Parts: sequence; C-alpha cells; structure tokens
Amino acid sequence: MLNKYPMWKYLMVILVVAVCALYASPNLYGEDYAVQVSASRNAEVDTRLFEQVKSDLQQAGVDIKSIALEEGHLLIRLKSGDDQLLVKEQLEASLGNNYVVALNLAPATPDWLDGIGASPMKLGLDLRGGVHFLMEVDMKAAITRSIEQMEDDFRNSLREEKLRYRRVEQKSDRVDVQFRDQETLDQAINFLEKNNPGILFKDEGELLMTATLSELRLKEIREYALKQNITIMRNRVNQLGVAEPVIQRQGSDRIVVQLPGIQDTARAKEILNATATLQFRMVDIEHDVRDAVEGRVPPGAQLLMDRKGQPQLLDKRIMLTGDHIVDASSSFDEYGRPQVNIKLDSEGGNKMSRGTKDNIGKPMATVFIEYKPTSEKDKDGKIVFEKHEEVINVATIQARLGNSFRITGIDSPAEAQNLSLLLRAGALVAPISIVEERTVGPSLGQENIELGMQAIFWGLVLILAFMPIYYRKFGLVANTALLVNLVMIIGVMSMIPGATLTLPGMAGIVLTVGMAVDANVLIFERIREELRDGRSPQQAIHHGYDSALSTIADANITTLIAAVILFAVGTGPVKGFSITLAIGILTSMFTAIVGTRAIVNAVWGGKRLNNLSI
Amino acid sequence: MRIFDFDKEVRFMSLRWPAMIFSTLLILGSIVSLVVNQLNWGLDFTGGTVIEVGYQQPAKLEQVRKQLNEVGFGDAVVQHFGSSEDVLIRLAPREGVKSDTLGDQVMTALRASGEQVDMRRIEFVGPQVGEELTEQGGLAMLVALICILLYVAMRFEWRFGLGSVAALAHDVIITLGLFSVLQLEFDLTVLAAVLAVIGYSLNDTIVVMDRIRENFRKLRKGEPEEIINVSLTQTMSRTIITSGTTLLVLLALFFKGGALIHGFATALLFGIFIGTYSSIYIASSVALMLGISKEDLMPTEVEKEGADLDPLP
Repeated sequence: MLNKYPMWKYLMVILVVAVCALYASPNLYGEDYAVQVSASRNAEVDTRLFEQVKSDLQQAGVDIKSIALEEGHLLIRLKSGDDQLLVKEQLEASLGNNYVVALNLAPATPDWLDGIGASPMKLGLDLRGGVHFLMEVDMKAAITRSIEQMEDDFRNSLREEKLRYRRVEQKSDRVDVQFRDQETLDQAINFLEKNNPGILFKDEGELLMTATLSELRLKEIREYALKQNITIMRNRVNQLGVAEPVIQRQGSDRIVVQLPGIQDTARAKEILNATATLQFRMVDIEHDVRDAVEGRVPPGAQLLMDRKGQPQLLDKRIMLTGDHIVDASSSFDEYGRPQVNIKLDSEGGNKMSRGTKDNIGKPMATVFIEYKPTSEKDKDGKIVFEKHEEVINVATIQARLGNSFRITGIDSPAEAQNLSLLLRAGALVAPISIVEERTVGPSLGQENIELGMQAIFWGLVLILAFMPIYYRKFGLVANTALLVNLVMIIGVMSMIPGATLTLPGMAGIVLTVGMAVDANVLIFERIREELRDGRSPQQAIHHGYDSALSTIADANITTLIAAVILFAVGTGPVKGFSITLAIGILTSMFTAIVGTRAIVNAVWGGKRLNNLSI
Repeated sequence: MRIFDFDKEVRFMSLRWPAMIFSTLLILGSIVSLVVNQLNWGLDFTGGTVIEVGYQQPAKLEQVRKQLNEVGFGDAVVQHFGSSEDVLIRLAPREGVKSDTLGDQVMTALRASGEQVDMRRIEFVGPQVGEELTEQGGLAMLVALICILLYVAMRFEWRFGLGSVAALAHDVIITLGLFSVLQLEFDLTVLAAVLAVIGYSLNDTIVVMDRIRENFRKLRKGEPEEIINVSLTQTMSRTIITSGTTLLVLLALFFKGGALIHGFATALLFGIFIGTYSSIYIASSVALMLGISKEDLMPTEVEKEGADLDPLP
C-alpha cells in the first residue's frame, strides 16, 4: 500500500526523538548555587574532610541542599547565592591554606538522568562570563637557554678532562669550540659525544668544532618548556579558586587557559604571572630553635615553618637562588630510597661550591617562596600579595657541592616528585606571554543568553505562524518537525562532550530554524506540482517525497562542507557556530524527511483521498 | 495558499544579459571599494584591544575620551555599542607597552572619577594572532570554495560546477563589497556568516540545477534556454518561500540578537538576498554560456527512457 510505514519505522522515529528528548531534558532543570572544595598541595579530599565540612556548616547553621564527594573535589549545593558567599568565607576560614574553595554553578540534573550520562549543554565563555587567555611560550628563549647551558658545560668538562681549547663561543643556534691541535679536537669530540646525547658534534676543519642540538633534542626542549609551563599554570590556577578551569595546549607553543566565572582579570593575570622562587640557605645550628619560637630570634637569622609545621631557624644569608637551577628530577638512590637530582648552571655551581666548602656535615634548607594573593587591595586597587615562605626540605651537606648534586632522605617517591616539581617551578625554562585575551563580564553573559533565546523564540514564532498559512495542515506537520528538530539539536549538543553553546552557536540555531523548513518546502512544492499534473493525492505524496530526496541531500551536504571547514579553522565562538550548524543540518534532514513522512503516513497514508490540505 | 502560480514558464533567461551587466557592475564596484576603502577589519584580524563598558545612565562619549586622553590613550576610538549606556573603546596594538594590561589600565582610568563603570567585555588580540587568524580565514574561504566546486563537479557536471562557484564568488565578493562600502566591522563571526552564505547560496543553486538536470532528461524537446526557464519557474515558489523563511528568522536575529551579533546577521541577510538572485541569474547563465546541453547531463548508464533518443538538433 502506498504511504504506509512498517511499524518498526514508526518505532524507530519515536525512539530516536525520545532519546534526544531525554538527553535534552537536563537543560530544563537549571543550576544550583554550589561551593566546590578541592585540595591544594599535601592535602586530600576524603571522607574525613566530608565530615568536617558537614559539621562546620551545621554549626554555622547554613541550609545545605546536598554535599557530595566527587572525583577529586567536594561539591556543596546551596539554596541561594547569599548562602554561597557565606559558605565560601566560612570554609576558607576553617579549612585553611591546604584547600581551595571555589564558587560554582552545578547543574541540578536529577540523579536518574545523571546516571545515564545526561547532562546539560556546556555554555561557552561568552554566555557564562569568564576569561579566556591564549599564552605563548617563548621557545626561542628556551633554546637559547639550552645553548648557553651547552657553552657552560663544554668549558667546564673540557677543562676537567684537561682538553685544551683556544676558545668556546656561543652562536645563535650552536656552540663553536676552537682547538689548538687536531688530536685534542678528536679526543674532545669523542669525549663530548659520549656524555652529551642529543647534541651533534662536527669537525668543521681548521681545528674548529661545532655543536648543534639535534632535531630530537630541540623537540624535547620545546615539549619540556610547554609541559613545564602547563604544570605551573595549573598550580597557579588552582590558587585562583576557579571551578572547572581549562588549561590546554594549543598547537606546538601555546597554552589556552579558560577561567569561567572569573571577573577580575587583573587579579587572574597577576596570579598567572606570579613567579615562585627558591632559595638555598644554611640552617642556624648555633642558636636554639625553641628560644626563637618564644620570640628571641637572633639577629641574622629567621624563623620559618617547614611543611610539617615544625619551626626551623635559618641563616638570613641566601647561598643560592632558584633561578640557577637548570633541571630537577626525582629518582632513587642506590638503596632504592627516593631522591631529587638537581642541576645548576655554572655560576650557580660556583656559588654552591663556595658556599658548601666550609659547611660539610651541616644542614642546608631549601626555602620555597610564593606570592599568594590576598583578598585585600591597596589604595591603587592592586591586589596585595602575601609573601609565603616555606621550608620544603632540610638536608645535610655530605660533600662540597658542584653544579650537580642530589637531595636524599626524602620520605616518599611522591614527595620527591613534588619537590622536583617545586624546584623546577623556581626556574621557568621559557617565559610566557599573553597573546590573546577575551573577557566577558557576567552581566553580559547573562544578557547574551537572553538575547539569543529571544532571537530563537521570535524566529520560531514567525515560522510557526507562516507555515500553516501557506501549507495548511501540511504546514502543521512541518511545524511539528521544526519543534522536534529544536529538541534534537539541544539533545545532541548535550550528548556530545566537546560541544559548547556560544552566542554565534545560538545564531546558528536561529539560522537552522529558518533553513530547516527548506526541506519541507521542497517536498510540499513537489507534492503540489504532482497534484497539478493530475496525480492522485497518495501518488503525489509518494512522488513528492521521492523526487525531493536527492535534491535535499545535495543541498545539505554542501552546507555541511562549509560547516566542517569552519569547524576545522575556527576557534571558540566560531567553532560553536559550526557545531550547531552541522548538527542542525543533520537533525533537520532527519526530522524533515523521515519525521514528517512518518506523520504524513500515519495521518493520510493508506486512505482514499480526494484532495490534500496542502 | 499559493503566491506563485505560473501557467507558462517565465522567461528568466531573456533578462540574462541585463542581469549579467548588473552583476558585473556590482562586482567591479565591490572590488574597487575593497581596494580603495578596504575592509574595516575587526579586532580578530588587526590585533589590539577592545573594551566594552556599561554605565548606569547614558554615557557621554566626550567625557570618556577626555578621561582616556589624560592617561595617554588619545588614539582610542570611543563609540556607543548597542545602547547609549554601553560604550565600546578600541585601542590599536602599540609597540613597547605590555598590551595585555591595557584593558585593566583603561578600566582604572574610567573608574578614577568614582563613577560606577561595569566591565562588560575585554578582548585583546596580539598582532601575531591577528595575522594568523586572517591567514586561516582566507584559507577557510578558499578551501570551502574548492571543496564545494569538487563536490558539485562530481555530482553534476563541470559546467554546473563552474556556474555555481561563479555564483558563490559573486555572492562573496558583493557581500564583502557591502561591508567595505558601509565600513561595517569585519570580524570572525562575520567571516563565519560569509561561509554560511556560501553554504546557503549553494543550497539554492543546487535545487535549481537539480531541476534543470531533471528537465533536460525529462523534456525531450526544447532549447537549453527554454528548459532553464521552465526549471526556474518550477522552483521559483520554493526559492522564494525558503529565502522568505530564512530572511524572517534573520530579521528576528537582527532585531533581537543584540549588538554583538549585528554584523553576523547583516552579512547573512544581505548574503541570502544576493544568493537567491545569483542562483537564478548567475549560476544558470554561466552554465548556459558554457554551452550546457542535453548530452552533457545524460547519465552514462543506459536508461530505459531516453536511451535511444536522437541528439538534439
């Protein structure tokens, strides 16, 4: 029989629409005000914290919706925005420095929906408000630093090996070493090659040797510089107390940092640019720590706490600062105990050597200095930073130290790794600069959502009004398809993890609403034509759908090509536009062809008809 | 309801020379304007800083300019944005200054008088990023055109392919020309809109070409010009309705979508207008001029009907 779908086809259409509607539904529930607690260094988010927070808040008498222990953080849902601020202040005071308390908006998706992986659409920064930074790592500086290091190394190691050279010279991308005779040159190449994998040595003739970094080594340096910067950025962003920050590499030398909800960009930038430094200082063993704790700190000494909260009395003189550190890595010593290997540049090596010469057997402390932002501002409106000094390690000097030494006696491998990270943070391999910044204030974000919704609403109303006027009952069918299409776009957008809704994305939805009816217009015009040519209504429907099909497919595939290209080259908001456009094209093809056909078949199919309401 | 009801075909192609001349003039005008006036490149492409601030009451631009001048931002372009309470401040990239702090400096300067100023948006794009975005944008446009040409050539015939790409180039150049003449800001979202126009205009063109191909196969007699006229008449209703519905939603976007999306809506509104026209007059005319004929469109496989037809006279 003409125009009858088999049952499974109806079911399939209903199923597809139902699944999309199900996954679109979390968007209806809105968001809860929430406070998120995550751990900074040497702290853990566990059930103990859970209980503590719970009792703290009970004492404070705050009305809590729920507290949940989620992966790596604690989420406290609250009833109002005022509670949110109150709880944040309360917890910041009671939890102290080891935890980061951040304001957040958590989707209020019911558990059963959450259980099937349904979540609301993610909103782009232009709708949520927040900051987007694109940072560029200065790779040239990273490589120059390596070459400087090479020059330093060669001088020292050739001298130590007693291989006499005329001069060592640093060029932009290589190091030249001039020798006095061929024999030394050959020996030097032999020796250096053995000790410096990743560096290419070449005999240039006339007793000149050049050393260049191999492609592989260059790549390693770049990767390392990027990774180190990302790690440091992550640490600093953690201090900002942002919920759901994004820190991602982009391309070979850039880092994207997205901080939703942050409005004070000045503060964000100061913290992101804040540098941690490191100092090596001797421990004052001539005076008693207990006296100092009681307030009698001897002149020339300073009392600092270590990470376990134990007081340490240190000599005020700084033996060495962290910017001389070239590399720090964690490993194990010959007894399998964790250790940290530190490499210094030659100037640092000299200072260290001078400083430790007379201090063998005495303890040396490593002090980590960070500038943490406070909530106070000075009279110029600048954030006041608090200098935060902490003794991260005390070790006994075993021998006179040079430019390469190690710290042993560390509790655990994790501690060793953490220490090496902190040591490296004191010496950025490559400076970083902000090359792009987009900040959207929260009021503008909210306004953008409203404007976008209004545009979608009015566009929809206009089309919904027009179609039944022009195509009568078939117009109503097209309207149904259009509404279903909108639900499907939202459903698919919510399902795809990487898809974010942006303002241009909302414009894309508006555009899709206008263009989605095109497929139906094509089909309906065809049916009208067939009717005019004298076919029966059933045959007209059949032929109308059939002959419009390839046209619709061709026309939509080309728009899809444009959308894919936009996705490939676009960034941020434009990418959002291309995603909604592409999804809209695909869903509209489904609803306009299969969806309307199902309705038309169910209503008109298989009956004897004299005319059609089209 | 039916608006377009034609018993006989409309002789669209009889107007093809005037249309060609009209289009050529528009294209030439656009190119001249693009060369002379150039595009008013937005922040995304030039680099620099844009700051949008909101005041409680209608803002006095003169005062804002004065405040900025005092702290050395005399070159700032200050204008209203969307409403009289909103002010957009534009700063060109400058040498020597760490430009990523400019936004904060401006905010401090504006707040110095104690007035409440709301930071709505700060965008800073480094000159290098701007250059890259320009390069990528141009590349996107080019790749889109080439991919579409390939697809259409594969699905249809090279004459149609050239015809539709000519129509696309026509639409893109004239849309860019409009932005150049009116000196509207050309930013990334406008570029996205232009690419969407490419997709849309092609959509229209393909519907028409599909019908031309079908009619070439179905109607046994008839000059190519006549067949094109018939096809255009048949698709006329659809073309107008679809363009109409799209224009309707774009009007909603233009009037309700806010100032940030204005350029985007403008590009699409105009592009769809010109795209509808070009799918009727440019694509078909070019295919006709290239000598499209029945044989070109016959499928290579032998079909039941039309397999034993004589070639057209």
